[in-house]
Amino acid sequence: MSTAVDIPRFVRAKQVEALPPPNLARGPIAWVRENLFSGPFNTILTLVVFYLLYVAVPPLVRFLFIDAVWTGTDRAACRADTGGSETGACWAFIWDKINYFIYGSYTVSERWRVDIFFALLAIGVAWLLWLRAPRRDLGAVYFFWIFPVVSYVLLTGGNADLGLRFWIGFAIFGALVIALFAFFAALLKTAMRPALIMGGGIVAVIGITLAVVDVDFGLAHVPTSLWGGILVTLLVATVGIVVSLPFGILLALGRRSKLPIVRMASVIFIEFVRGVPLITVLIMANTMLPLFLPGDMTVDRLLRPLIGTALFASAYMAEVVRGGLQAMPKGQYEGAMSLGLNYPQMMTLIILPQALRIVIPGIVNTFIGLFKDTSLVAIVGIFDLVKTIEASRIDPNWAAPTIGITGYAFAALFYFIFCFGMSRYSLGVERRLAAGQKR
Amino acid sequence: MNSVQTAVSQTSPPKKSFLYDPKVRGIFYQVVLVLAIVYLFYVAATNAVENLQRAKIASGFGFLNNTAGFDISQTLIQFSAAGGTYGDAFIVGLLNTLLVSAIGIFFTTILGFLIGIARLSKNWMVAKVAMVYVEVLRNIPLLVQLLFWYIAVLGTLPQPRNSLEMGAGFYLNSRGLFMAKPIWGSNISVVVAALVIGLVGTFVYRRWARRQQEQTGRQYPVGKVTLALLLGLPVLTWIVLAVAGANPITFELPRKGTFNLTGGMQILPEFVALLLGLVTYTAAFIAEVVRAGILAVSKGQSEAAGSLGLTPGQTLRLVVIPQAMRVIVPPLTSQYLNLTKNSSLAVAIGYPDLVQVFMGTVLNQTGQAIEVVVITMGVYLTISLVTSFIMNIYNRRVAIVER
Repeated sequence: MSTAVDIPRFVRAKQVEALPPPNLARGPIAWVRENLFSGPFNTILTLVVFYLLYVAVPPLVRFLFIDAVWTGTDRAACRADTGGSETGACWAFIWDKINYFIYGSYTVSERWRVDIFFALLAIGVAWLLWLRAPRRDLGAVYFFWIFPVVSYVLLTGGNADLGLRFWIGFAIFGALVIALFAFFAALLKTAMRPALIMGGGIVAVIGITLAVVDVDFGLAHVPTSLWGGILVTLLVATVGIVVSLPFGILLALGRRSKLPIVRMASVIFIEFVRGVPLITVLIMANTMLPLFLPGDMTVDRLLRPLIGTALFASAYMAEVVRGGLQAMPKGQYEGAMSLGLNYPQMMTLIILPQALRIVIPGIVNTFIGLFKDTSLVAIVGIFDLVKTIEASRIDPNWAAPTIGITGYAFAALFYFIFCFGMSRYSLGVERRLAAGQKR
Repeated sequence: MNSVQTAVSQTSPPKKSFLYDPKVRGIFYQVVLVLAIVYLFYVAATNAVENLQRAKIASGFGFLNNTAGFDISQTLIQFSAAGGTYGDAFIVGLLNTLLVSAIGIFFTTILGFLIGIARLSKNWMVAKVAMVYVEVLRNIPLLVQLLFWYIAVLGTLPQPRNSLEMGAGFYLNSRGLFMAKPIWGSNISVVVAALVIGLVGTFVYRRWARRQQEQTGRQYPVGKVTLALLLGLPVLTWIVLAVAGANPITFELPRKGTFNLTGGMQILPEFVALLLGLVTYTAAFIAEVVRAGILAVSKGQSEAAGSLGLTPGQTLRLVVIPQAMRVIVPPLTSQYLNLTKNSSLAVAIGYPDLVQVFMGTVLNQTGQAIEVVVITMGVYLTISLVTSFIMNIYNRRVAIVER
């Protein structure tokens, strides 16, 4: 009675686990073989790189951390002849001078004002850069109007004391502006209300700004010659971005304009500024600005390079924004026009919100360049971070061989943290925008 | 106004003002802009004239013929404090700027391409090290790097009397790098002639070899012949001349004195620091340009080259790089211009470039800010415009021809 069923056969009832791949195809050893020693040439390369790292990294670590001097109050700690260590970085020097590096010679009792400025700046930057922050339109108003005015009052002390004559003059000017708007509204036979609101708005914004600057808040006056260090570095960068973004947008629109003279003026300005080094612009601002103003008018020493960097950054910003404008499909322009929007409406409501969004990475990259370029104001004698380090380096109290290297290492670290952070941010935004485009 | 209104009303509804005509508006805006610019210039000019008169500063370019009265540490042409004019000082500064830019561009291109290719290496270590290099160098201001090289590295070199001797007539000390100075003999022209013959020969041979390859498919050894013609021929001539007892080049070695080295050729530490800073900084940017360019060549190109039987080296040389160059050249040009413009940071470490000599010393001595600034900016603008013009021509030649 033998049937096929009775014959015992081996049938596997369930799947066996697959054997692990051989050690040479997986795991760290395989990874090393694949990525570091995949051929004779690669092996040599890897060994050369290892040798270079061996030569460079341990001394660097030893200099920056292991042999470094962390505490001390004067040069004795960092000099071999007084029992200190000369082979490592002298961080005690940075620690001792840190307040000078942050605030310069800013009046000590008033330094809380600088701290508030830093905080306000951080709020503004975070508000604008965080793409999902609430009310980013308010953020723009804050960053481009409220923040600069408040910072000005905080840092200088405000109380410009403009005087009655100035205010009478301003009242006449305001009336003229509003009258001009009303006149054009009448001429164009449009409604009077929006024209009056617009004219009144412009006058009000300027008036409020001037009034805030004029009022005496009881803050002591701190002359700009005392400002220094990171305060000035951040200030130059902030003024650069606050001015260059609106001005750059205007220039970019001018360059894309159909009106030949407007276009030509924008092109000449942009190409001129982009064709010369920043340092020549700064020297120009330093030496020629006083010449071009009436004899009895002086420009603040700090304001000159601020104007120079702001103009310089505007030209670069204009090219970035132009890229965004050109990337807008033509249908967006046509759609806006077919809705009956006029040029300002088309730009502010349809084109710019989209164009600026796609060039955020470019704007951030320009800003990184601007931030690095702020160090150049040191050459024209402004006490930014680099200049304060230059000045402290030759302080006889801290005369030690490693002071120079330590100071510049600190500056390098400061700039690196800011710039690297911003570049990571811009990469992140780029990836997000690219993800949006893929769909 | 009324007559215009009626004229318009014949063709269009009477309600519309001629101010709604975009043409009229355009003209209006442009007139306002022109008036504003003219006014700005007018005010600036009148103020400048007034201020200059009050400060008793001369104007015009006559100062270029005045004696300068200061020394410059590095001069490519004859220049002395007693005889040199401001115009000569300008040329000295300009030549120094061009010198450091040209040498810098040469080295930064090599370094930048190496690092850019290294970033794409399959070797993990090489790629990571290249990435760290790029990120660190790009995110620290050039000025800080220059000061670092100048003060922190070169500043720690020994005094001249304790010069580091590096052999072959090279000495390194706090006054710079000293090396043997070649002295050209009278029959150097023979060697130069050999070099020219080598150049012409290479050119002719390469054309002939290419034509042969296009017609018959036979390949001739281009690289070896080029090397022999370009390098071998002049060296051979030199050796023959030297053996014959008429050595065309002799070297003046620097000699060690008690306090200083005399003779030989001196390269200023400022020059070394500026060159190091410019080369390493710009190379980081060029590396990114090169990486982007190579990544822009689609993978199918190298796969197709591989399936045709080309070796990886040939693939890179004949397929990938020619296509990548189209993407690389425009941003590479702007990096070259950046390097040239950045060389003006020389003023921070005292290398006598155009800005340091002309916008610094000459401007301070003469006080003629407007003329000096205009000349200096004009030079940089000219360099920028000429370079972009040449590069545009090149770019047009390598650009893809759409059929």
